[in-house]
Amino acid sequence: MNNIVFLPVLLPLLTGVILIFFARKTGIQKGISFLSSLCGMAVALYLVHYISNNGIKVLEVGSWKAPFGIVIVADMLASLLVLTTSLVGFAVLLYSFRGIGKEREKFYYYSIFQFLLVGVNGAFLTGDIFNLFVFFEVMLMSSYVLLVLGGTKGQLRESLKYILVNVISSAFFVITVAYLYSVVGTLNMADIGRRIGEAGQPGIITVIAVMFLIVFGLKGAIFPLFYWLPGSYFAAPIPVLALFGALLTKVGIYSILRTYTLMFPHQQGYTHELLGILSILTIIVGVIGAIAYWDVKKIIIYNIVIAVGVIAFGISLMNQDGLAGSLFYLIHDMIIKAALFLLAGIMMKVTGSSSLREMGGLIRTNPGLGWTFFLAAISLAGIPPFSGFSGKLLILQGAAEKGAFIGMAVVLISSLLVLYSIMRIFIYGFWGNVTSYTPASSVPVTKLLTPAVILVAVSVLYGIGTEFVYPFIIQGTEPLVDPQIYIDAVLKEEG
Amino acid sequence: MEILMAIVIGILFTTATYLMLSKSILRIIVGTGLLSHGAHLLILTMGGLKRGAVPLLGEHAEAYVDPLPQALILTAIVISFGVTSLFLVLAYRTYQELGTDNMDHLRGNEANE
Repeated sequence: MNNIVFLPVLLPLLTGVILIFFARKTGIQKGISFLSSLCGMAVALYLVHYISNNGIKVLEVGSWKAPFGIVIVADMLASLLVLTTSLVGFAVLLYSFRGIGKEREKFYYYSIFQFLLVGVNGAFLTGDIFNLFVFFEVMLMSSYVLLVLGGTKGQLRESLKYILVNVISSAFFVITVAYLYSVVGTLNMADIGRRIGEAGQPGIITVIAVMFLIVFGLKGAIFPLFYWLPGSYFAAPIPVLALFGALLTKVGIYSILRTYTLMFPHQQGYTHELLGILSILTIIVGVIGAIAYWDVKKIIIYNIVIAVGVIAFGISLMNQDGLAGSLFYLIHDMIIKAALFLLAGIMMKVTGSSSLREMGGLIRTNPGLGWTFFLAAISLAGIPPFSGFSGKLLILQGAAEKGAFIGMAVVLISSLLVLYSIMRIFIYGFWGNVTSYTPASSVPVTKLLTPAVILVAVSVLYGIGTEFVYPFIIQGTEPLVDPQIYIDAVLKEEG
Repeated sequence: MEILMAIVIGILFTTATYLMLSKSILRIIVGTGLLSHGAHLLILTMGGLKRGAVPLLGEHAEAYVDPLPQALILTAIVISFGVTSLFLVLAYRTYQELGTDNMDHLRGNEANE
C-alpha cells in the first residue's frame, strides 16, 4: 500500500513498454492506453484523497534511509499536479485517437506519449535532485521524439534547435548539481535544504540558486531564455502541442517553486527579487507576442509565456497568498492551455489554416466549438466566476502585502491584454461571414470536441468550486511556506 | 590538482561555446560533445580528487575515493550518448530533407516551409 505513491510513474511506464509490442496494431494500442489513462486518473485521485487525510507520504526506494537512498515524496502540491497531468493526458489522448493520424500512430506515438507522462509525473514526485535531472531527461527525450515524429521539414528544422537548447540546459543542470554537491555534499532535496539552512546560505549558494534559475528558466521559458519556445512549439502537431503547452514548461516552473522554497529561501534579497524582475519582463514580452500575431497557434503559444511569468511572479513573493495563488493558477493554466490548443486544432482542421485572416463565421457552422472556445477564453483571462480569477486574485493580494505595486499593475494590465488577444481569435475566427475558405465537412468535429469540452468543464467547475478546492491548495502551500514540514517528513529519524 | 582540472574544464567549455555558436550543424554537435565532457569532468572534480583506493570493498584500503560522483557520471554519460545519437541522426535526416547543414539557411520563416 506504501507503493501507491510511485504508481503515477509506474503505470505509464509499464503501459509504454507493453505498447512497444503492438506497434502496428493501432486498435490495441488505443485500447490499452485508454484503460491505462483511466487507471492513472483514478490512482491520482486516490493519491490526493490519501494525502489530504494522512499528510505528506514518503516512499524510500529500496528501504534505504532518507539522505542515502532515493526518496519519492508525495505532498499535496505534487499530488495535485500529478492529478492535473493525468487529466490533461487523458484528454489529449482522446483527441489523439482522431487527430494524430495513422502514419504517426504506427511509429510508437502512444508509447512515447506514455514515456512523456512518466517523465512529468516523476519530476513532480521525486525528492532527489539528480533523480529530478534523470526524469527531466526522460521527459525531454520523449518530447524530442514527439516533436520530430512525422518528419516534415518544419518539424526537422525546429527539432534541431529545440534539442540543441535542451542539450545545453541539461549540461548546465549537471554542472549546477556538481557545484551544489561540492558545497553541501548531498543530493537529497530535504537534506540539501536542511544543510543550507544550517549554514545560513553563504554567497556561493546564492550563485548556485541563480544557476538553477537559469536551468529551470530555460525549461520553463522565462524572460531572456524563452526565445526557443515559439518556433519549436509552432512546429509540433496539435495533440503534441497541447501536451507540451500544458506540461513541459510547467515542470520547469514547478522546479523553480520547489528549489526556491525548499532549498534557497534563506537569503531572499537577491534571488527572489531577481526572479520577480524576470517574471515581470516575461509577462511583458509574452503580452507583446500575444497581441502582435495574426496566427491562432502563435497567440496561444505566447499566452504560455505570459502565464509562466504570472506564476513565477507569485513564487517570487514568497508569502502564503502569493504561493497559494501561484499553485491555483498553475493548475488552472495547465488545464486551460491544453483545452485552448485542442480547440485551436479543431478550428485549423475545419478552416484548413491557422491564420486569423483566413477564418471567419465559424459560429454559424460550429456553434458548439464557438461557445466552448468563448468559455475557455474568458476563463483564461480570469473573469470572476471562472477558474483564472482566484489564482490571480491571490497573487495580487500577495503582491499588495509585499508592496510590489509595479508587478501588481503589470499583472492586471496583462490580464486585459490577454483577454484582448484571445477575444481577437473569437471575433475574427467565429464572427463575421464564411469568406475565403470552404468549411471541411469531413472533420469529425463532435468527436474531436469531446476532450476539449471535458477540459473546459473541469476548468469551469474548478472556478465555481473554489471553496471546495481551496483547502487542498492551502495544504499544498504549507510545506512551501514552512519547508521544515517537508524536511521533517523526509528525514524522520532526525526531525 | 583540482585547480588544474578547473582550468582544463574551463578550456573545454570555451571551445564548446565557440563551436556551438558556429554555423555548421556538425560543428555544433562536436560542441555539445565537448560540453558534456566538460560537465562530466566537472562532477568528478567537484566530488574531490583526494587520493584513495578505487571504490571496491575487496581492496581493504584505509580510504576510498567518493563513489557517488562516479555513479552520477555514468548516468549522465549514457543519457548524453542517447541524446547525441538522436541528434546526429536528426542532423543526417535534416541534411537529406532540406539539403543544407548551414544553420543560417534553417531560419524559421514561412518562405522555406
